[in-house]
Amino acid sequence: MTGVWVAVAGVGVATIALKGAGPLVFARRPLPRAPAAVMPLLAPCLLAALVVGQTVADGRALVVDARLAGVAAAALALLLRAPLLVVLATAAGVAAGMRALGAA
Amino acid sequence: MEAGSIITDAGVVRQAGSGIGAGARAVAPIGVAVLAFGASFGILARDAGMGVAAPIVMSFTTFAGSAQFAVASVLGSGGAVAAGVAAAVMLNLRYLAVGVSVAPALRGSTVRRLAEAQLAVDESWAIAQEDGRVDRDLLVGAGIVLALCWCAGTVAGVLGGSALGDPADYGLDAMFPALFLALLAGQLGARRTRAAALAGGAIALALTPLAPPGIPIVAAAAGALIALRVRP
Repeated sequence: MTGVWVAVAGVGVATIALKGAGPLVFARRPLPRAPAAVMPLLAPCLLAALVVGQTVADGRALVVDARLAGVAAAALALLLRAPLLVVLATAAGVAAGMRALGAA
Repeated sequence: MEAGSIITDAGVVRQAGSGIGAGARAVAPIGVAVLAFGASFGILARDAGMGVAAPIVMSFTTFAGSAQFAVASVLGSGGAVAAGVAAAVMLNLRYLAVGVSVAPALRGSTVRRLAEAQLAVDESWAIAQEDGRVDRDLLVGAGIVLALCWCAGTVAGVLGGSALGDPADYGLDAMFPALFLALLAGQLGARRTRAAALAGGAIALALTPLAPPGIPIVAAAAGALIALRVRP
């Protein structure tokens, strides 16, 4: 649990600083160009990595299991422009269903 | 708080008028979605082993969905604390840009501006746009309502989640990647962001068998640098 609190404290302090740096430090000055160009790319990059990691990774192994079915179903729901909660429920439902059927 | 998908679902329309009340009213329609989103964080964070208090404190202090879910997912899959923190911080680096954009609207003491800056998340920032500038009252009104919904949702999630039993039976572990996918879907409007996503996903896939849990996610950030070489 210590690790959990270290993580919460670390991310908390960093986020408070990041949100406050603009008004307190940079005020009316624009951000330097190179960091400014990379910043909008970090979120899509890391989100994609998280999708991969949370779908097919099990420790150091790559596995195909009920999660992949759930994420595939979620992708379909997203293409069909379903609301966020429906997308999440779909993922959970399909994964749970596959497990219940003993398929994954 | 994020989730561009939340704001497009609700089709936020701001009523005429300024002031903190107007900001609060404008964001109210998506308050329920934010509550549910916060509850899902509470449930998943608790299932990931973060306990009851830590997720609640995190929602109060970090108030950023992607980063919070990233920490929970890295810790839950056995990743190192440092990896979770690094991933969360990188996801939140864009708040530097949000803060710069909000800076001219904030007044008062250092403490007050620091506190009000915490309320600038995607949805409150969007609602606060007025004639190409950020309106401080709209920002604060929307931000406070969103923060309350997010934190209340988290509390409900951590407390109510235990009633569920084994989350895997409900496929809850599939909700993490589905959520990240939903957040990602709202960010794929440009060539460069699509390239960044492709690069990040590929790096994570390639490194999973080679590195301890959590590290592939952090290393995937290099994909953002790779994507810089793509035309915008």
